[in-house]
Amino acid sequence: MADLIEQRDKGLYCAVGDFWIDPWEPVEHAVITHAHSDHAKAGHRRYLTMADGVELLRLRLGSDITVRGAAYGEGIDINGVQVSLHPAGHMLGSAQVRVEHKGQVAGVSGDYKVRPDPTCPTFEPVPCNLFISEATFALPIYRWADSSEVFAEINAWWRGNQAVGKTSVLFTYALGKAQRVLAEIDNSIGPIFAHGALMRYEAAYTAAGVRQPPLTYCEASAVRAQNGAALVMAPPSALGTPWMRKLGKVSTAFASGWMTVRGRRRQRGVDRGFILSDHADWNGLIEAITATGAEKVLLTHGYSAALARWLREMKGIDAATLVTRYGDEDDDADGSPERAAS
Amino acid sequence: MRAFTELYMRLDATTKRTEKLTALESYFRSVAAEDAAWALYLFSGRRLIRAISRRRLRSWAAEAASLPGWLIDECYDNVGDLSETLSLIVPSDSEGCDASLSQVIAERIKPLPQLDEGEQRKLVMQTWRDFNAPQRFLFHKLISGSFRVGAAEKTVCQALANVAGIDAAVMAHRLMGKWEPTAADFERLCDQASAANDPSQPYPFYLASPLEAELESLGDIADWQVEWKWDGIRAQMIKRDGEVFLWSRGEEMINEQFPELVAAAKRLPDGTVLDGEVLAWEDGRPLPFHMLQRRLNRKRVEMMLFQDVPVVFMAYDVMEVEGADLRAYPQDKRRARLMQLTSEFDANLMTVSEPIDCESWGDVASCKQQAARNGTEGVMIKRRDSAYEVGRKKGNWWKFKRDPYTIDAVMTAAQRGHGKRATLYTDYTFGVWHGDELVTIAKAYSGLTGDEIREVDRFVRRHSTDRKGPVRLVKPELVFELAFEGIQPSERHKAGVALRFPRMARWRKDKPAKEADTLESVQALLAQVEARQ
Repeated sequence: MADLIEQRDKGLYCAVGDFWIDPWEPVEHAVITHAHSDHAKAGHRRYLTMADGVELLRLRLGSDITVRGAAYGEGIDINGVQVSLHPAGHMLGSAQVRVEHKGQVAGVSGDYKVRPDPTCPTFEPVPCNLFISEATFALPIYRWADSSEVFAEINAWWRGNQAVGKTSVLFTYALGKAQRVLAEIDNSIGPIFAHGALMRYEAAYTAAGVRQPPLTYCEASAVRAQNGAALVMAPPSALGTPWMRKLGKVSTAFASGWMTVRGRRRQRGVDRGFILSDHADWNGLIEAITATGAEKVLLTHGYSAALARWLREMKGIDAATLVTRYGDEDDDADGSPERAAS
Repeated sequence: MRAFTELYMRLDATTKRTEKLTALESYFRSVAAEDAAWALYLFSGRRLIRAISRRRLRSWAAEAASLPGWLIDECYDNVGDLSETLSLIVPSDSEGCDASLSQVIAERIKPLPQLDEGEQRKLVMQTWRDFNAPQRFLFHKLISGSFRVGAAEKTVCQALANVAGIDAAVMAHRLMGKWEPTAADFERLCDQASAANDPSQPYPFYLASPLEAELESLGDIADWQVEWKWDGIRAQMIKRDGEVFLWSRGEEMINEQFPELVAAAKRLPDGTVLDGEVLAWEDGRPLPFHMLQRRLNRKRVEMMLFQDVPVVFMAYDVMEVEGADLRAYPQDKRRARLMQLTSEFDANLMTVSEPIDCESWGDVASCKQQAARNGTEGVMIKRRDSAYEVGRKKGNWWKFKRDPYTIDAVMTAAQRGHGKRATLYTDYTFGVWHGDELVTIAKAYSGLTGDEIREVDRFVRRHSTDRKGPVRLVKPELVFELAFEGIQPSERHKAGVALRFPRMARWRKDKPAKEADTLESVQALLAQVEARQ
């Protein structure tokens, strides 16, 4: 029997329901897992995404798109196929897609993490027969510490910079990671400024009920007037640009799962690397995949081959790699919107 | 181990020397002498015995993490460093170990070679449980004899000198001597009292300035002494208290690299300081600079290299005679003393840079043109009545360099610059033709005007054919004249040659890419240059 979801030239396709999931070329009907640009492309006729993600999708793709928002767990019939969206824990509005037809269930994870995130509901395993999972950090070197530990480090770094009069500049992806950092960082330490690339999403987050600290648009003179007390949030593309030089004396840091590896930290050329990811780590991937009970697992982007082999050999699961256009092993793969933009 | 790990991370995170200095100084100031002694030992490139093979370590880690070997290999391919890979995969919730560096070395590293395999395994596994990932990384580096740190020995020396409050040259001399990683030796190294009359102390070098004005503007040629500008390592030879100290301009003591020069200089009377150049030298002529580099890069020179690359100390000035500072003497007078001092030496080890007979500025100009032919960089022009100054004080010593070599090369790739050039494509890769292919010959990023850079930047953005990380490959269309100071064979470069100080001399808008130089013509230039020397 053919799989309920298969890979076609334009992306993942459900033939019975005639719809696509995160397609990379224009299609008639697209179900979108989340608003990062490697998953949410422009040009589709109709979009379906989780309700909290609708506004983000409009911000990224244009206010004129035709998009329907669905609540988590809401059943939707598409040409006789039961479709529902479930928390993926990756960012605001991120969802796994559950597809059911004639007793067969397929799940498409999109990007996900299993640990809690104050900007969105926590990942929920969806029992299914076929699970299509991301594998961005699918190597056992990637094992995340509790985010409370990471934020203790980030807070200490900010305070330390204040003590020596250096502005703290923290680079994160502009959508998702930035808002999570803002929600978890100790904003009593000092004023927070944001690069324009981040500011544009603030209203959508606040409207969705996500707690965000007061944020000021980053004018260099206002930042300098703080004499090193301020935190500036910026996208990685701003690193090393004249924009940054105007801020005066700074300490720079990058927050990403990729910061685990020393070589990647050094490549970035920042003073500090904080290991903070919105993807599942090695243990999280295995936990999530086994929790679905799926007999067949297909893995997209990242170190999919290593995880597929491990699942086959250690767990006896029928696992294989799918070649998609989501992310890749590059530095910017952490759901980076900048990647497609640059 | 915490302070040491933090220091390592700070050194690793920055390329700025001042930040490295600050990190090192605060470490040396804050830790106990026995820990500082060990850190200094490790930072000086001295190593602990390799106690455990990488293979064994890898298999224990696989066992501890319950991972198949192939998956560890996958991780290793990704990380590129075995010590780091293993530090990341072994399971541990430890927040790190509070023991000091010297304790860790005494309790967990030094005993390893004496233990049998079972006991080694036990100790290593226990350490994995006790340490956090960065500490495990350093532990692996230390027990596998592959510890390296992101700070030059010179920087470490400077930091320690600052902490001890003594001159960096004195510290460098002390570090060259015998010392062990103990608290007592560390305190002796930092002892301020005995620092004042250290015999190794060099003088600051006087540096020549490039002559940009016309030769005639210098006035009467009779007031000037002309010498060849040698292409070697500027160095100061000191003989005091029966000891010889050879310092490079980088304030590094290079005694170990050039033992035959040190031995020869033992014949100098005590209280002598000479300024000159270390040159690779054979049959009264300099060998190419890259031959000298082979000697410089070794700490201990093997016998073979010793014979393959003979060297000479080419003296051109004297700052101290019989312990008296002569720097205020006029050039002529110092020159006379220099001749007396060096007259009895084997000219293959110690010789004097003879003045060239020039009767007119025209003679000087033609000497400069001949410079490439005798393996020099041009000529030096020194005022006969001038004192030996400090630093780059303009007016008395001029360097007049021969014209650079040039080739026409095609731009093949571009990368963004740094600092204020970060938004522009300013760093370019160039190729020369080999059949229908362009072989990379050099990278260059200087020589263009701001307007030209912006024009090239636009070209790069519009004609990019592919990307490799930050590098954009471009349509091979733009031709530049590259100027460079030297050319030498190289196994590391695909073209088989390396250019010294390449920069863009001119944008050859008049030249189609097809007419740029070929690899064959570059190789011919190399052969020509090598034959001359």
